[in-house]
Amino acid sequence: MTESGTPPENEPGDKELPDWYARVTGVGSSLRQALVIPALALLSALIIAAFIIAVTDVDILPLWGTDPGEAFRLTIGGIGDAYKALFVGSFGSVRAITETLFAATPLIFAGLAVAVGFQAGLFNIGVNGQMHIGGMAALWVGFSIAAPAIIHIPLAILAAIAGGALWGGIAGLLRARTGAHEVITTIMLNFIALFLVDYLLKTTVFQQPGRNDPISQKAASTAEFPTLIGDYRVQIGFLLALAAVGAVWWLMYRSTIGFEFRAVGSNPDGGKYAGINVAWIYVTVMAVSGALGGIAGANQILGLEPYRGISNFAGTVGFDAIALALLGRSHPVGVLFAGLLFGALRAGGREMQGAAGIPIDLVLVVQALVIVFIAAPALVRAIYRIKTPEQEGGTTFSKGWGA
Amino acid sequence: MKLELKGITKQFPGVLANDNVNLSIGEGEIVALLGENGAGKSTLMNILYGLYTPTSGEVLIDNQPLELHSPGDAIAAGIGMVHQHFMLVPVFTVAENVILGDEPTKRIGWLDARRARKMVKEISGRYSLDVDPDAIIEDLPVGIQQRVEIIKVLAREARFVVFDEPTSVLTPNEVEGFFEIVAGLKADGKGIIFISHKLGEALEIADRIVIMRRGKTVAEVLPEEVDEEKLAELMVGRPVDLVVHREEAKPADVVLSVENLVVLDDRLQRAVDGLSLEVRAGEIVGIAGVQGNGQTELVESLTGLRTSLGGVVRLNGEDITTKSPRAIHKRNVAHVPEDRQKSGLVLPFTVTENIVLDSYYEAPVSRGVQMNWGAARDRAVRLVEEYDVRTPSVDVLVSTLSGGNQQKVIVAREFDRDVALVIASQPTRGIDVGSIEYIHSRIVQERDNQSAVLIVSSELDEIMALSDRILVMFEGKIAGEFDSSATPTEIGLAMLGSQGGLEAS
Ligand SMILES: Nc1ncnc2c1ncn2[C@@H]1O[C@H](COP(=O)(O)OP(=O)(O)OP(=O)(O)O)[C@@H](O)[C@H]1O
Ligand SMILES: [Mg+2]
Repeated sequence: MTESGTPPENEPGDKELPDWYARVTGVGSSLRQALVIPALALLSALIIAAFIIAVTDVDILPLWGTDPGEAFRLTIGGIGDAYKALFVGSFGSVRAITETLFAATPLIFAGLAVAVGFQAGLFNIGVNGQMHIGGMAALWVGFSIAAPAIIHIPLAILAAIAGGALWGGIAGLLRARTGAHEVITTIMLNFIALFLVDYLLKTTVFQQPGRNDPISQKAASTAEFPTLIGDYRVQIGFLLALAAVGAVWWLMYRSTIGFEFRAVGSNPDGGKYAGINVAWIYVTVMAVSGALGGIAGANQILGLEPYRGISNFAGTVGFDAIALALLGRSHPVGVLFAGLLFGALRAGGREMQGAAGIPIDLVLVVQALVIVFIAAPALVRAIYRIKTPEQEGGTTFSKGWGA
Repeated sequence: MKLELKGITKQFPGVLANDNVNLSIGEGEIVALLGENGAGKSTLMNILYGLYTPTSGEVLIDNQPLELHSPGDAIAAGIGMVHQHFMLVPVFTVAENVILGDEPTKRIGWLDARRARKMVKEISGRYSLDVDPDAIIEDLPVGIQQRVEIIKVLAREARFVVFDEPTSVLTPNEVEGFFEIVAGLKADGKGIIFISHKLGEALEIADRIVIMRRGKTVAEVLPEEVDEEKLAELMVGRPVDLVVHREEAKPADVVLSVENLVVLDDRLQRAVDGLSLEVRAGEIVGIAGVQGNGQTELVESLTGLRTSLGGVVRLNGEDITTKSPRAIHKRNVAHVPEDRQKSGLVLPFTVTENIVLDSYYEAPVSRGVQMNWGAARDRAVRLVEEYDVRTPSVDVLVSTLSGGNQQKVIVAREFDRDVALVIASQPTRGIDVGSIEYIHSRIVQERDNQSAVLIVSSELDEIMALSDRILVMFEGKIAGEFDSSATPTEIGLAMLGSQGGLEAS
């Protein structure tokens, strides 16, 4: 068709999206983009974190005035020790690797939940709440029925999916029916879920007999997620997470409903024109997203000690998931790697604290820096001088009839 | 003062968009840049404006090479550009918009609204633009918004101004006004580059006409040496038939009937106000009218995108007034929407994905819940070939296609079905003469296959060339009906609200 003879095949989605939304969330990224930019962002974050380690070492600071050479040597040594410990703690042994996978499991589910929302143009901040509701549903199935594991576990997971989908779906329905923005409603639903869990944990249905504090009965052993290797903590939840990555990939890129999700997410007017029921899509997306959050919640109860419900058992996973989805450019495989990375930071951070005496909080700093670099892809590109399609158009200026 | 582009080459993945292009414009000169869709006109101008970096070649002013890394650099060098899609903040006033982009040049501060207003008044007066500095952008018609863009460019003291297809969104009256402004700029010594697909416009205002084809400049002519036929041939590389050939229409049964339709616009005003019309199988009905007389709302309502307040719409006798867009699509209604980037396309989708945008749920493109991308791709490849869409492959994002090629993707998608009714708004907006010839012949072919065709266009020429019957829409009603022998003057008068023509049936 063109003057240049046989053109090279362009990978679908090989172009940066035109608007800020796509630039930040990475929606529409190709797999390559979903991996390269985050890797560079991580590198930058580690370099800055190294500076932070250097300047916060109060023992060495005075030495810079008297013996800069020695101070430099010590500083480099300190940074080296810290990063070595970080690596050893996350990948240095079988235990370390299994700990990384173990920590990554809920993050992957929750990250997928946020990514599905992003792809459809919805910002699901409510994974925390969906985890709580889904987790409680799984817990209830976990202790209230007796069945062999092969039935018990799937039932518990189905309950979690239903609970999470319901909680997410409420936000979707509010958006579709009243136009209430999902950012607001999901935050509110987080609080409702949080206090609902506290309340439920003190009801006779859930509470551990003989206790006064909010703690539930223990799930039956048939509902516990079996571990994968010996007594290491990593359990089948990780395999399920891998399956979920595949399922979300199929859903987004191979199914008709994923086509609808992405069309509405990229251009709601275009979606409406295409005959898609946009309101219904908002409900479905939030339900799917919530279902993934629900599984993450089940994992937090049936996948680790003490196999009980406690107050705020979802912790920060639902919020870390937002960072993770951004880091993975909302691509399921990107989310998988981002989840593994955050899992590694978590597992390695403990070792770093123990062996090198660097507070585990540094891990949070690294995570935060990664996000800063991700949210500012232009910065990453400028630093590494990556030529991007963005320079080849796709800026807001080149939109238009004559573009 | 002379602006020169020298040996500009721009390679995109799979597309050589500009191939060693040379172009120069002098002070007080109007150069028209013509060429097929995808010839590389916009790319060349975006390079000049610092939006793209050329693969090789340079831009010079008075033989001094310029370093253009961003629009800021271009503006500093005295180069301005009026894009087709205006970059205005809708809720700000004219004056606020004019200073908004000017922050980098630090000549006036953000809060110096008084000076901004004065400047707008001054420029507006000097070039008789007649723009009120305190008007809110969203209240202004497109033609005036374009003038605000022009003021922005002039406020930055541009000596060279690029207009990329400025007239395709304007009504004929606005085009007249625009030409006067351009003449004023020329008299003031500005160098002007003007891109258009309307050959008559180039002949009317240009001092020199440069023609691009497949990334190269292939001809440079003076307007007095050529006519439209010659220009079209130079552009496309073969003689182009500028007249639409069609037999007498043989209207059959009524396909679309609209009775007393009332539709509100976004501000809850009655945009369509008790309108009635009929379109029969085998005829092309054109709706002429100055933009903003309810055409947009009419089409949106007919296609299910906007709910109506009253009235009945029937398709082949069936009441479809409250049906969804999907239900209407399933009844074989094709719809070419007015604004291709707003609703006709999903820009971050590939050409293939856009080709199946409204039929993705049907076999063979999907099997139940699973997409069959192979079948979708095959269809895209076939249509790209058939409609001469210039793209390196069907797997690139549609946003990388040139404006006219994006339009062709929509037209191809909508016409590649058995259709009972075609509703097309501005179907050839931004499309080059060669492809207009093809699309017009396709529209006539649909008619001859006993489809009903409703064309809505603010371009009277297009309406007159295609329609068997012409309805003029004015303030939400049909203000007149004409057959194809009517003169433009008669129709033009009706468009301004004076009664005329045959009695509406
Ligand atoms: N950002 C981009 N990435 C890849 N290819 C591009 C990009 N922009 C333009 N192209 C390609 O370059 C070629 C020239 O496009 P350009 O927009 O300059 O055409 P044009 O002459 O302005 O056409 P039209 O009359 O349709 O507006 C086209 O084939 C288009 O596909
Ligand atoms: Mg163009």
